[in-house]
Amino acid sequence: MTTMISSLTKEILIISREQDVVPFRNRVKEHAVKIKMGLVNQTKLMTAASEMIRNMLRYGEGGQASVETISKGSQSGVRLIFVDKGPGIADIQMAMKDGFSTGKSLGLGLPGTKRLVNEFDIQSELGKGTVVMLIKWANG
Amino acid sequence: MFVNISTTLKKKKSEILELWIKNQLADSHSSEDLISNKELRGQSEEIVNALLNNLNENNINNSQSSDFDLLAELLGAFSIMRAKQGFSPRETGSFILSLKEAILEVLKQESADPNQLFEESLKLSRLLDNFTILTFETFIKGREEVILRQTDEITDISTPVIKVWDGILAMPIIGTLDSARTQVVMENLLQEIVNTGSVIAILDISGVPTVDSLVAQHLLKAVSATRLMGADCIISGIRPEIAQTIVHLGIDLSQIITKASLASALQYAFKSLRLEVRKTSLENKATTKF
Repeated sequence: MTTMISSLTKEILIISREQDVVPFRNRVKEHAVKIKMGLVNQTKLMTAASEMIRNMLRYGEGGQASVETISKGSQSGVRLIFVDKGPGIADIQMAMKDGFSTGKSLGLGLPGTKRLVNEFDIQSELGKGTVVMLIKWANG
Repeated sequence: MFVNISTTLKKKKSEILELWIKNQLADSHSSEDLISNKELRGQSEEIVNALLNNLNENNINNSQSSDFDLLAELLGAFSIMRAKQGFSPRETGSFILSLKEAILEVLKQESADPNQLFEESLKLSRLLDNFTILTFETFIKGREEVILRQTDEITDISTPVIKVWDGILAMPIIGTLDSARTQVVMENLLQEIVNTGSVIAILDISGVPTVDSLVAQHLLKAVSATRLMGADCIISGIRPEIAQTIVHLGIDLSQIITKASLASALQYAFKSLRLEVRKTSLENKATTKF
């Protein structure tokens, strides 16, 4: 990565119950609107956020989610980071496969989210928790 | 000159009370309609009693002392009540802060020695400040309860099932579909299908802000359930950005009949029931009058 990513504004929310999904999604929307992200990208980002938060609640017993507007060169975007201290993911490669789920869902959360955003990074350690970072550029 | 601050204050109890009530009435002109003067006097008296009766030289430096349990309880109860009655934080705060003023005022009249006055005022201030903080804590707790209740009420917004035609039901879904909500939606819809003997159900998701995989899964479940009941289910109100998101997420909705608007869903329903909507000509109208 040649150009530095600089963070402009940052907000951190604690996620502990299902009712926290909507407020977080609204924060994400506010940030996306601020950098003039198009409606389709906005919706994609909000959906991605929603997927990750639900994963956190379902598998990670809640955690912390942060939303920030970032800029890299002339590009601006929104970065979301999700941190939980849950059981972690045993096999990330499997988890990133379409249709794989340990919890009776459609198994599209992680792979689908990756397709919805521009940059996606997941790190997980068994017994310690999972960190997911994703970036959506305003015109990406 | 006074030797013992607590006994001095006890003696002056009625004076403090009067002064306090006067203070409260002076700076709370707006809250008069929220609480009657009589009620205010009652509350104030209880608090002054609880404070002065339990105050002694040993616990003046310790607001956590169990001697003040009654006072803490009273303050908590009053501030929660005030939060629910719609008092502003400022009004609730000044309620107890004006007590401090009243006590310090009385103390001033009693004392001639400035040093001693300062010492005692400091102690009393510290004590009463702690009670102010306590009041605020409970006030905010009361407010939070109000917010929590409202959240529950919002999620409780009923999802009505509308009979749009003989055999056709429509159900507009507004807000986020979570597991609990889907349960209600599904129950209402299935029950209404039985009640009306409908064969087509339209689920309109125009009011659903985002469709993620969980919402999609819930929708798929609702559709399967209606099919089991022998009815067809159409999902309408899929906006362009939602359509793109669903495709990227990789959700397969191809087994479901989906339409962009409720109108086109209704049209489809009419067609499958072999109904026709036509403009009538003027002559026809005239003949039907007879």
